[in-house]
Amino acid sequence: MKRLLSFIITVLVLAAVMAVSTPGLLDRVRLGLDLKGGFEILYQAQPTEQGQALTRASLLQTAASLEKRANVLGTSEPEVTTEGTDRIRLKIAGVTNEAEVREKMKEPAVLTFRSAAPGDAEGTYSKVELVGSDFVENAATIGRDNLNQIEISIKVKDKQKFAEITKRLLGQHLAIYLDDTKLSDPQVRAELTDGTASISGNYTIEEARNLADTINLGALPLKLTEKYSQSVGATLGKQSLNQTVQAGLIGSVFILIFMIGMYRIPGLIASFALILHTWLLILVFVFADFTLTLPGIAAFILGIGMAVDANIITNERIREEMRSGKSIMSSVKAGSKSSFRTVMDSNVTTIIVAAVMFAFGTGSVKGFALVLIVEILLSIFTNLYFARWLLNMLVKAGKLSKPKQFGVKESEISAL
Amino acid sequence: MRFKKELDYVHLSKYFYIFSITLTILGIIFLAMFNLNYSVDFKAGSNVDVSLSKNLTVDQIRTAIGNIGTDHEPNITPGTQRLTIRYDEELTSQQDAALKSAISKLDDKASFEVNTVDTEMAKELARNAIYAVLISCLGIIVYVSIRFEWRFAIAAIVALVHDAFMVVAVFSIFRLEVDLTFIVAVLTIIGYSINDTIVIFDRIRENLRFGKQKTYDDLKNLVNKSVSQTIMRSLYTAFTVFIAAFFLLVLGGESIKMFSLAMVIGLLFGAYSSIFIASPLWLLLKKNQKPKGKPAKA
Repeated sequence: MKRLLSFIITVLVLAAVMAVSTPGLLDRVRLGLDLKGGFEILYQAQPTEQGQALTRASLLQTAASLEKRANVLGTSEPEVTTEGTDRIRLKIAGVTNEAEVREKMKEPAVLTFRSAAPGDAEGTYSKVELVGSDFVENAATIGRDNLNQIEISIKVKDKQKFAEITKRLLGQHLAIYLDDTKLSDPQVRAELTDGTASISGNYTIEEARNLADTINLGALPLKLTEKYSQSVGATLGKQSLNQTVQAGLIGSVFILIFMIGMYRIPGLIASFALILHTWLLILVFVFADFTLTLPGIAAFILGIGMAVDANIITNERIREEMRSGKSIMSSVKAGSKSSFRTVMDSNVTTIIVAAVMFAFGTGSVKGFALVLIVEILLSIFTNLYFARWLLNMLVKAGKLSKPKQFGVKESEISAL
Repeated sequence: MRFKKELDYVHLSKYFYIFSITLTILGIIFLAMFNLNYSVDFKAGSNVDVSLSKNLTVDQIRTAIGNIGTDHEPNITPGTQRLTIRYDEELTSQQDAALKSAISKLDDKASFEVNTVDTEMAKELARNAIYAVLISCLGIIVYVSIRFEWRFAIAAIVALVHDAFMVVAVFSIFRLEVDLTFIVAVLTIIGYSINDTIVIFDRIRENLRFGKQKTYDDLKNLVNKSVSQTIMRSLYTAFTVFIAAFFLLVLGGESIKMFSLAMVIGLLFGAYSSIFIASPLWLLLKKNQKPKGKPAKA
C-alpha cells in the first residue's frame, strides 16, 4: 500500500509540476535565427596590413567592436562569437533594414592620417602616414579646445612616431580619412609630442559624437570578409517553427499510442518517462541558455524516438522472460538487468558519434550534436532508471500481477 | 505479433547480400557519373528560399530579378507558394537586397531565407564532414572491440558504412539535394543504426555463453536464434524512430525536409542491415576462426 501510494504521489506531483511550469518554460526557450528570423554571418578576419600578425587579442577586440557597431545601429541582442583562430560569427535577430546593417558591419572603415603626395590634386591626400592600428582602440573622445570649439581627440599608440610625422610635415596638411572620406585636413602647426591628434571644426555636439563613434567603430583591428551568411525572414522562421513543432507533437503522440498499445501498463509508465524526458530537456535548454534551432528541434524529436528504445528493449526483455515461464517479479528483475547493458552499449555508441559531430561541426551541426548528447544522458536517467523504478514499485505493490498487463497472452507462456 | 517459427536468417542473407552489393555498385556508378547534387553548403553560391503568399510563375520571377546584376542565370525551382532560387555565384549584399525588393514588389508578403557560402568555406565543410564520418567509425570500432571483440566491430562497421553509403547512393540516384543537414543525418544514422546492431550482437554474445558451439551449424543456429529473439525489438525500435522522422518529413519545416528524408531512408536501411548484413557477416568472420588447439569435430 505504501509503495502504491508513493507511486501515485510521484506521478501526480511530477505531472502537476510539468503542467504548471511548461508554458512558462516554453516562453523562455531561446530561439535560433532560423526560427525567429534574422541573419547570421561568418566573417573571416585578416590583418588590415600585410605581414601583420593575427592575434587572439585583436580577434577579440574586433568581435567587441562588431558588437558595438551592431548596438550603435540599434539592433536587438546582437550575438558575436569568435570561432577558431580567425573567425567571427555574428547573429542579429529581427532586423528590418538588413541590407544597411550588413553593409555597415562589413565596412572596414579604416581610419588613416594622410599627407599630400606629389601629384595629388589640391585638397586630396594619398600618402598614408598612420593607419587604424596605430591608434589606441576607442581612442576618439570629444572635448572642447581653448576657443571652446568642439574638438575630437584621438590617441596614438606610438608618441615618437607621431612626433616624427608632425615634425616632418610642419606647415603642411595632415588629413584625416575614414575610408576614402576626408574628415578634416588640419595644418600641422607644431610638432606634437603628447601623442594626441585633434580634429576641431564647426561641429555640433551631435555631429562630433557621431564622428567620434564612427572613428571608434572604424578602428577595427582586423579586416573582415563574409564567408557564410544566412538570413531568414521572420515569417518564414515562424512558419518553420510551427510546422516542425506540430510534426513533433503528432509523431510523439503516435509513439506514445504505440507504446501503450504494445506494452500496456509498462508502456504507460514508459510514456510518462518520455514526457518527463522531454520536459527535462526543455528545462536544460532554459537553464543552460541553449539556443533552439531547427536542427535542434529535429534532434529533439528524433531523441524522443530514440529514448523510446530503452523502454522497448527493457519491456521486450521482460516479456521474453515472462513467456519463458518466470514469475512477474523475477521477469522484471531479470529483464531490467540484462537489458541495462544493451541499452548502455547502444547509447554510448550514439554519444561517440554525437561527440565527433560536436567537435567537427560548426553552427547548427554543433547545436544538433549538443541536443543529442544531452538527450541521451537524460534518457538514460528517465527511461532507464526512473521508468524501471516506477515499474518496480507497481510490481512490488502487487498491482501488476497479470501477464496481460504487460501485453503478454497467457497462451504464449510456456511452462517451466 | 511473434514469429513462432525461426526463420533461417543466415540463409536468407545470401539474397540480401546480392541486393546490397547490387545497390552499392549502382550507387558507385551513379556517384562516379553524376556525383551528388550539392547545395550551396558545399558548392559556394547563394541559395534563396522564398515563401510566397500567392503563386507566381517562374517567368514572372525571372523577369523581376533579371536586372539585379548577377553574372550567372539563376536556377529557379517553383513549388506551391514557395520558390527556390539558386545562384552559382555568391550574391553581394546589394544584389541580395535588390533581389528581395524585386520579389517583394510582386508579393509584399514574401519571406526570404538566403544562404551564401564562400567556396573555401564549402570545401572546409565537406572536409570536416568526411573527417567526422571517419572518426566516428574509428570511435565505434574501438568501443565495440573493447566491449565485444574485433569481429563484431568489423561486422558493425561494414553495416554502418553500408547504411551511410545507401543513403548517399539513393540521394545520388534520385538527384536529391545534399546540404549540411544531410551530413548531420548521415552521422545520426551512423550513431543510430549501430543501436540496432548492438542489440543483436549483445544477444549473440549472451547466447555464446550457453554451451559450446563446435560446428558451423551450431554457430549458424545461434545467430538465427539470436536474430529471431531480438527481431521484434529491432523492428519496434526502428519503427518508433521512423515514426518521428516520418512526421518530420511530411509535416516539418521546409529546410529540414532533406534531413528528414535522409533519416527515413537511413533508418530503413539501418534496421535491414542489422538483421541481414551485420549478424551473418559476423558469422562469416567467426567461421574462419579455427578452434584453438581443439581437434576438429569428432
